Amino acid sequence: MADFGGTDLEAFRGEVRTWVAENFPAALKGKPNPMAREERGSDPTPEQEAWRKAVGSKGWGTPTWPKEYGGGGLSSAEARVVQGEFARAGAYNPIGGMGVMMFGPTLLEYGNEAQKQEHIPPICRGEIAWCQGFSEPGAGSDLASLQTKAEDKGDHFVINGQKIWTSGAQWADWCFCLVRTDNSKKHEGISFVLFTMHQPGVEVRPIPLIAGSSPFCETFFTDAIADKKNLVGPLNGGWTIAKRLLQHERSGLTGAGGGLGSGGKSIESLAKEYVGLDEQGRIDDPDLRTRLINNVMNMRAFQQTAVRAMMEAKGNASPGNTTSIMKNAGTSLIQERQEMALEIMGLQGLGWEGDAFKKDELEAVRGWLFGKAFTIFGGSSEVQSNIVSKRILGLPDLTQSK
Amino acid sequence: MAVLTEEQSMLRDAAKSWVQEKSPVTAFRKMRDSGAELGYDVAAWNEMAEMGWAGVIIPEEYGGSDFGYLSLGLVLEETGRTLTASPLLASALGGASAIILGGSDAQKSAWLPKIAEGSAIVTLAVDEGPRHAPDKVSAKVEGGKLSGKKTFVLEGMAADVFVVSAVSGGAIELYLVAADAAGVSRQKLSLADSRGAANVTFDNVAVSDADKLTGGAALLEKTLDRARAGIAAEMLGAATQAFEITLDYLKTRVQFGQVIGSFQALQHRAAKMFTELELSRSAVEAALTAIDNDSPEVPELVSLSKAKMGDTFHLVSNEMVQMHGGIGMTDAHDAGFYLKRARAAEAAFGNQAFHRDRYARIQGY
Repeated sequence: MADFGGTDLEAFRGEVRTWVAENFPAALKGKPNPMAREERGSDPTPEQEAWRKAVGSKGWGTPTWPKEYGGGGLSSAEARVVQGEFARAGAYNPIGGMGVMMFGPTLLEYGNEAQKQEHIPPICRGEIAWCQGFSEPGAGSDLASLQTKAEDKGDHFVINGQKIWTSGAQWADWCFCLVRTDNSKKHEGISFVLFTMHQPGVEVRPIPLIAGSSPFCETFFTDAIADKKNLVGPLNGGWTIAKRLLQHERSGLTGAGGGLGSGGKSIESLAKEYVGLDEQGRIDDPDLRTRLINNVMNMRAFQQTAVRAMMEAKGNASPGNTTSIMKNAGTSLIQERQEMALEIMGLQGLGWEGDAFKKDELEAVRGWLFGKAFTIFGGSSEVQSNIVSKRILGLPDLTQSK
Repeated sequence: MAVLTEEQSMLRDAAKSWVQEKSPVTAFRKMRDSGAELGYDVAAWNEMAEMGWAGVIIPEEYGGSDFGYLSLGLVLEETGRTLTASPLLASALGGASAIILGGSDAQKSAWLPKIAEGSAIVTLAVDEGPRHAPDKVSAKVEGGKLSGKKTFVLEGMAADVFVVSAVSGGAIELYLVAADAAGVSRQKLSLADSRGAANVTFDNVAVSDADKLTGGAALLEKTLDRARAGIAAEMLGAATQAFEITLDYLKTRVQFGQVIGSFQALQHRAAKMFTELELSRSAVEAALTAIDNDSPEVPELVSLSKAKMGDTFHLVSNEMVQMHGGIGMTDAHDAGFYLKRARAAEAAFGNQAFHRDRYARIQGY
């Protein structure tokens, strides 16, 4: 559907506003999205369920996805109206997770009709949680060296092997998974399959991290079953699909505003609070001040770049090569900021638990430690630099990554 | 690249092709080797003015095209690519801004049309030492006489008129002072970047209220912000070109039986430079756009652009020499020109330290 502006858009805004007023439970106003990591594990309240179902049946949680698969079928201008009206009412979008961020857009592009009919509508309704079976103990940055094996058994594959860093596997209903279907070739021997996590051949073990508990898991497959109808794309043609999915992942990780670790107080207000200002109104630690200003200014240039990329890509909805520069630029700035927060708080910023520490302080130490993952997952900084050198700058490739 | 109007695209394309044809780096080299008195090629400047570039920010009633600062930034970016030295920055942007923002009708009528046609060079004379500190002014006007010394005045030898900051009645004011007025003397400075610069001395120069611009210290800051954003645009062009020359070298220079661009140690540094250039471009375009929109955020966005661009040009120009190896150390190669331009441009109108401090002060820390 083409964008349409002016009066039509205003009429649509009125429609959305009325709908939100009628359907958004007052008890949820200003509340965080239960899909957010910290809130997982507890059962949703009746209000949360009602709001998820209401938005899900409208398709407005995935506003630009096609209507025939349960999406909103809206133009991007209309989608912004929906987003704006949700924000105005203090409502969160209850439809999210890896299905929305990475898997859905990829399946819409590469899946066959039956696969889209089966898997997209439950994502739009927020009924099914997906996890990503990509990394393995021996296949991290060199993802294509993965060894989890899928054997052809006629109408299904039998899967054996181990995945690691499977975020949210303990809560997931389904897995999109890269498996080896040909040992004679590296990239061209990988297939992209889907299967349910609720089967005997799947075992999940959460991995405690340096920051404490985490959403990451080890996932073991022992004769797990994937139906043939859930092979996405051609046999041995999974790598192309995986690369596309990773682009969606990177753009999701570093969208405008630096989606990662951006909550809480600003670094400058922390500095004012803990370090104080000198008689000229400057942060009373010249060395810290200079580094802090640098970080703040670079973060602003990063945000300006996110906005610029969005303006330039208008009408071109898919994430491009710029996502690679954005991930490195954004994640390193966030890590720098997290380290500075600790420095500003001093030993008070290293509190692990207990009443002696404020919530901000406990979050700072956990955030700092978890933040180390930002330059490792979704393609490490080094892999991103390889991608920039090769795909954008056209320099020769010696790593045989693709 | 910002989303441009049709006029802006045409202006940029015209600048791009003129620079390639008429003003490649070899032209800058020729100008340097000739020891040109003014620090630029007068014939080339006349061509630039004929194409209307000297009047891009000047209102139509005074002979300009009133296309705005982003548009002039596009031209400066293109001329910056090949290090084209001309009064475009000092006069068509710096001097013109002061008069547009603070000039009386008479002052505008007297000077803006001449700036627009390139026949008068008006430049800012606002620093009194080697480091940018526009709020430290010891030049003064007493009893209708201006006395003081201004340093590192861009295009100071070519200037017909100086925009001079001086303390009058306890406050900073800006005055238009003709270069041929009695008591004005100038000394040519030979700097590493080979651009035109001079120290200018004002010894009991007669000035009247008719020479004064309206706006005082606030006008000085507003004018300087426009000059800072403009030089950042020029630096963006120069840094982008320096990077592209270097990238090309990485793809052609063979050592150990392979092009050196196949080495990861160099690839990752190239990726870093590309990233910094992208971030800097956003900052520069945002600053110029904010000026065109007369946004209250102009001071902080301009300081962001100048500081970010300074860091990036510094990085890229250093890497240009390093990655070229020995050939980059020779005068016959262009790398040295970019390195020298980078340092001079960083220091002009406030270096990174100046603008970081200013950014934080504006934000209240």
